[in-house]
Amino acid sequence: MPDHIIPHITDLEALERYAIHGRASLYPERAKIMVGMATCGRAAGAEEVLEAVREEVEDRHLDCAVAETGCIGWCSQEPLLDVWVPGRPRVTYGRVKPKQVRDILAALPVPRTDLALALMTGDDNPVTGRYHSYCDGADGHVDGVPTYAELPLFRRQLRIVMRNCGIVDPASLEEYAARGGYRSLWRALFSRTPLEVLQEVLTSGLRGRGGAGFPTGRKWQAVRDASGGPKYLICNADEGDPGAYMDRGVLEGDPHSVIEGMIIGGYAMGAHEGVVYVREEYPLAVARMSEAILQAERADLLGRDILGSGFSFHVSITKGAGAFVCGEETALIASIEGRVGEPRPRPPYPAEKGLWGKPTCVNNVETWATVPVIVARGGEWFSRIGVGQSKGTKVFSLVGNVANTALIEVPMGTTLGDIVNEIGGGIPAGRTCKAVQTGGPSGGCIPAAKLDLPVDYESLVQAGSIMGSGGMIVMDDRTCMVDIAKYFLGFLEDESCGKCFSCRVGTQRMKEVVTRIAEGKGREDDLALLEDLAWLVQQTSMCALGQSAPNPVLSTLRYFRDEYLAHIRDHRCPAKVCKELITYAIDPVVCNGCGACVPLCSGKAILGEKKKVYRIEQALCTKCGACLETCKFDAVLVN
Amino acid sequence: MLHVESATADETLAQFDDRRANLIPILQEVQATYSYLPEDVLRKVARKLKVPLPQVFQVATFYRCFSLKPRGKHVVQVCLGTACHVRGGTRILERVETETGLTDVGTTPDLQFVVETVRCLGCCGLAPVMKVDRDVFASLEQTKVKGVLNRYRAGGLKRPARKGGSRA
Amino acid sequence: MIRLTINGTPVEVERGSTLLDAARLFGIPVPTLCHEDGLTPYGACRLCVVEVGAGRLVTSCNTMAAEGMVVRTNSQRVERARRLLLELYVATSPQSKRIQDLASAHGVRACRYEAAHEDCIQCGLCVRICNEQMMAGAIAFAGRGKSRHVARPFDQTSELCRQCGACLYVCPVCELRCQAGTADTTLCNGCLNFAPACFQSYDDAMCFLEPCHACELAGPFRADARTSRRAASTAR
Repeated sequence: MPDHIIPHITDLEALERYAIHGRASLYPERAKIMVGMATCGRAAGAEEVLEAVREEVEDRHLDCAVAETGCIGWCSQEPLLDVWVPGRPRVTYGRVKPKQVRDILAALPVPRTDLALALMTGDDNPVTGRYHSYCDGADGHVDGVPTYAELPLFRRQLRIVMRNCGIVDPASLEEYAARGGYRSLWRALFSRTPLEVLQEVLTSGLRGRGGAGFPTGRKWQAVRDASGGPKYLICNADEGDPGAYMDRGVLEGDPHSVIEGMIIGGYAMGAHEGVVYVREEYPLAVARMSEAILQAERADLLGRDILGSGFSFHVSITKGAGAFVCGEETALIASIEGRVGEPRPRPPYPAEKGLWGKPTCVNNVETWATVPVIVARGGEWFSRIGVGQSKGTKVFSLVGNVANTALIEVPMGTTLGDIVNEIGGGIPAGRTCKAVQTGGPSGGCIPAAKLDLPVDYESLVQAGSIMGSGGMIVMDDRTCMVDIAKYFLGFLEDESCGKCFSCRVGTQRMKEVVTRIAEGKGREDDLALLEDLAWLVQQTSMCALGQSAPNPVLSTLRYFRDEYLAHIRDHRCPAKVCKELITYAIDPVVCNGCGACVPLCSGKAILGEKKKVYRIEQALCTKCGACLETCKFDAVLVN
Repeated sequence: MLHVESATADETLAQFDDRRANLIPILQEVQATYSYLPEDVLRKVARKLKVPLPQVFQVATFYRCFSLKPRGKHVVQVCLGTACHVRGGTRILERVETETGLTDVGTTPDLQFVVETVRCLGCCGLAPVMKVDRDVFASLEQTKVKGVLNRYRAGGLKRPARKGGSRA
Repeated sequence: MIRLTINGTPVEVERGSTLLDAARLFGIPVPTLCHEDGLTPYGACRLCVVEVGAGRLVTSCNTMAAEGMVVRTNSQRVERARRLLLELYVATSPQSKRIQDLASAHGVRACRYEAAHEDCIQCGLCVRICNEQMMAGAIAFAGRGKSRHVARPFDQTSELCRQCGACLYVCPVCELRCQAGTADTTLCNGCLNFAPACFQSYDDAMCFLEPCHACELAGPFRADARTSRRAASTAR
């Protein structure tokens, strides 16, 4: 659509015109080259790859479109480059370097499959329920190249929230419309009453995806029924859990899905203003969301009299300022109000007294992004996915010591083992899985022995962890669980708002005790002391940060008590991590004197001469481990 | 204490109206302009918003993105998120500290670098991660840290010139 | 009026009463540190927790009494919380007589932590009295988590400060200082054994203990226990 013509979407026909333009750019009649340009793609060098693509296209006067896309979730293979030619499957190339671009595009308009990572034979659209085949119904198979439908990483996924990520250009409202975008809004405003929309969400069984898992329909009901106004909606995109980036993936890959969800929510609850609170550490997400809001405003999808329905809704963005506690809804609200992020006691809940003291609905990015699909397909359809009381799908960031680090979306009830071993491809470098950490600093570690655990809200709580926002960190046998507890406590003592004594002093004292244990100075009664402290902090802290702060300690004590005892009684760190309990040494039998490790030693502790056996001077050794990482001959020993 | 150009400060503040809710966005703008929050600008903010200075100070010291001291020229942020920690993030931090001569996070005496930790940049799939100014370095090995920092000592990365923007 | 049950007894209180108001109305003692009549409740010290319903601990100072609530002020859970909290408080500021007395009153017999000797427990009384009673607002909290502290902006006394001294007056740590700050033991327990730690260490120490008669008659303060204990302490 030419930029100078911005049609206002005043009826379904206008929306369809947008969709037609969107389809023309999604599935053009010429080749299209797509580069994944979300933050992790850029971190891996995607900007240089995109630059190389543009140069190549210009140099060879290739007749093809070049587009940016969001995160398809295949993080370990970034930068990702895709070539789509009409009538053929989309070809994905992984770990692309700028100098490889020429070769990859050499055979255009025929895409090279010999260098390909995978083929996408079509795309699913959960909004319409339809599958769009790229190969005009033909098979599209190519020998030796797996299709996405065959790949263990993708075949178990059910992408509802991530439906458009990696498919559309996130900066294109037209492409979003082409994928059924804003049709649900149309349906809600013109064929449903607000109560009917609310009912669909209740029927769906959707639970808040930010971590607490509160039934979304009930929250919406409470806000709708609350007296007073104006009412506000907030999209919690603070995503403070380290290791979690699901929200980032959605905001950078498909920001309109969140906007549409919020407008629908506003309609259901009688709210006319929404705030998207994005952490300031996500500048690209802020930029994409700002752009999307502007586009929606220009197209009259936001503002007064949306789509001619008489309903008005505005969305603004507020940036976080670097505080994990602002992911807690009352602290988030305080931050928007220009105050410190100190949580407030609940009751009263934000549904009753939230932003500026008015009824407010705070929901996570994933929750909002799910709403348009529920309105399109019905709450009952959604409730048939998942298990028990955990309906639908969940997006997880599968990271850590796993082969396929990725952003995945699976139905609730998928087992941890399937996620780690099948989807994640297992543990690399010949190591074994020790534990999987879920729920961020409020969660716990599930040991490898319990990998048959289905991932749903209740099962995770019973196992001593929580679902949390979706961060899933795989830990191999080189991880020390005492060190992990220490890590989380260090995080929490910094991030605690500090107001209530239990949390502020409790987390510090817990860290003190665990550090003592990690350094080999632990006492026999330290475990009882930790358990007392953990109980106190859990029972007497004011907000969820404090109440869940002991979880990492409690879960590691529950499943890895032996490790704690080894540190205390034997002054030994079985995983060889805790610095005070290990020493690095060079095996004189194996060392061939190549000297590769010497310049990399941070303490300048490696002494000797080339071609002769080196040795490590213990007094200077900082235990940085660079020698171990560098030595090609396995001559470095850790005791 | 650095006395900041009054005119610039006034211009910066004039972009915002005097609502309490604007306190954090104003501070973010000041931080972006000066790379820290100068004392006299904070006093101006307090007067502008009619918020007592102790409360402005409270907000300025609560949030991590603000600094009350001038920061080094190049901002080095080492990610210490869980995925990065599990993949050696602490070693990256230690190596950065060794290479910059610091014993803890903070600004180097020559004001070239300020080293900070961040709890998650959202690139967990490519841990461990470090960011210098606006450049993100993923899948980092501790032995590469010196090289990365040297690029900034010599005056920044060379970036390819952009021909035409991305599709609007 | 709101009807609720406290410690098994049905009671009625005025709408707008907190659980702490209700407990005090009926003469039930609830320990507090950050509460002060005339200042808004803060809920920071956590010492006033009571048990509501099936095992949930809430701070009584800022929880409103609600119809049908079942409240227990001295249950096992509550006592355990108070004891563990006070153990931490003693470790934080052993020099505060208020805290030492509270600790002894709630049966804290051992302190398993290393003393931190902080001058501030961040109860917020000074900030609140300055703001609410003196209408000055010259001090406020700054920082977050372990770096949180009460501050004068930029370490300079604000022009809002009228030097009234209310902050000093209301501080539970400054109120009356024990000399036990550098004694051998962190815990005083003076009233429990009447051999306060500071008397062992300082000739000119002052002690403001108030042993209760229960200890005198039946507890460690019994006449026969007293003699044997004195003998033991002189021998040390």
